[in-house]
Amino acid sequence: MTGFDPREAAAGAVDAAHRREWAFVLAATARVAGDLDLAEECVQEAYLAALDIWTRQGVPRNPAAWLTTTARRRAVDAHRRAGVLRAKLPLLVEPDAGEPVEPDAIPDDRLRLVFTCCHPALALDAQVALTLRLVCGLTTPEIAGAFLVSESTMAARVTRAKKKIAAARIPYRVPAGADLADRLHAVLVVVHLVFTTGHTAPVGDELVRADLVERAIRLARMLLALMPDEPEVRGLLALLLLTDARRDTWTDNVGRVVLLADQDRRRWDRAAIDEGVTLVLAAMRHRPGRFTLQAAIAALHAEAPSYAETDWPQVLRLYDLLAVAWPSAVVELNRAVALAMVAGPDTALARVDELVAQGRLAGYRYLPATRADLLRRLGRHAEAATEYRAAITLCANEAEREFLTARLAELDVAR
Amino acid sequence: MAKYLVLLYEDEAGYANATPELRQEVLEAHGRFQQQAGAAILGGAALEPVSTATSIRGDVLTDGPFVETKENIGGYYLIEAEDLDQAIKIAGMVPARFGGVEVRPVWNM
Repeated sequence: MTGFDPREAAAGAVDAAHRREWAFVLAATARVAGDLDLAEECVQEAYLAALDIWTRQGVPRNPAAWLTTTARRRAVDAHRRAGVLRAKLPLLVEPDAGEPVEPDAIPDDRLRLVFTCCHPALALDAQVALTLRLVCGLTTPEIAGAFLVSESTMAARVTRAKKKIAAARIPYRVPAGADLADRLHAVLVVVHLVFTTGHTAPVGDELVRADLVERAIRLARMLLALMPDEPEVRGLLALLLLTDARRDTWTDNVGRVVLLADQDRRRWDRAAIDEGVTLVLAAMRHRPGRFTLQAAIAALHAEAPSYAETDWPQVLRLYDLLAVAWPSAVVELNRAVALAMVAGPDTALARVDELVAQGRLAGYRYLPATRADLLRRLGRHAEAATEYRAAITLCANEAEREFLTARLAELDVAR
Repeated sequence: MAKYLVLLYEDEAGYANATPELRQEVLEAHGRFQQQAGAAILGGAALEPVSTATSIRGDVLTDGPFVETKENIGGYYLIEAEDLDQAIKIAGMVPARFGGVEVRPVWNM
């Protein structure tokens, strides 16, 4: 085809605006609509109208402002038609909500939207679903596909959460003062969960999951742009970039798990690592939180020329700090791995067994695999084999199962 | 402003076995809460033990609570708050040492 196709240009602009501006447009419309359901409806209509009008009149200079103004006008009209200028959710509505807005004066309400979606009075899975739907603009079938639940289950989850926001009056507000740290952490947990779902979901659509990784990184970038003074936001973005930089080397060409020790470090994404390291250095200047410390550990791994040449004493020190910031079984086990590199597998095994005796690793599915590896390195192959078999019964996906089975087969055990 | 019902779910055995000093302490804790929350409290009451409950479904009477649980509703406060965040702050101050509280928005017709 030759020449300029206005419809194609409009479709391209609508598509780009959907990816980049959805959160901005919805957040600004929600304040006028006073109700997230109505806001979503009006924003969807605005995007539909855009395709048509932009085809005829050309793409506006500021697509986000055009979409917001259109969606807000529809929300105001809807209220007039229903004869209720007092909205269902008076809290959401600003006194000047009915006034026309200057494009440059549209308030950036994206943080309000994020904090509402990630409110701790909502179940974590509902927080994640709402964030993907309202902040990222994903459809319910897309979210259902990523989390391996039926569309009707996901639709019910989203509807229930939106109803609770309205009925219980979950405020459309960025928390202030002492509440901010806790609430921000809840937001970061949701973004991190979106990311890890994209990376580690045992089954499900590969493309949708890769998209989740992109979405999570974009969410973290958006949060950092909106909250540049929060070190943990910087730390989270660093963690996501440093983890994702190694994505291509986690499995071999037939999908088997490759351990960090055996990964081809030349194939790591250097640009992502450089950005992540810069971010983590800035974040570490403040008292580091959970995500910053995890990012710092990831940075040490990313910059090490090889597994053996990693700065293990420093990794261990960071795990000590992390165990305080985020006491959990996963941190303790990973710390034991670093301890094995610094002080030997016998010291690490003693530490793991101490944790088991204290009941602090109960039911953690990576425990047998970690013990198996330490026992193998100590030459205690019979005991290692028992642990590998336990690990195989606990493992959640095929790639892990294959890896453990291969390790078990390598052991020198009389059967 | 919106109204919320704060339901106190507690293990009654805790109070049944309580010393007079402990009972006094709990009473005083509620007194302090009522002073702190002040005008936000629209109403409230402590209830007789669940053994005194009568349940009615259709025309069938049952001696006992509607649902058998370890922790029962032992009292309530009706409060007024700007939004859920404020309601949670107030409800979080309600003494409930043998259980916890549930916050339910009152339906706004």
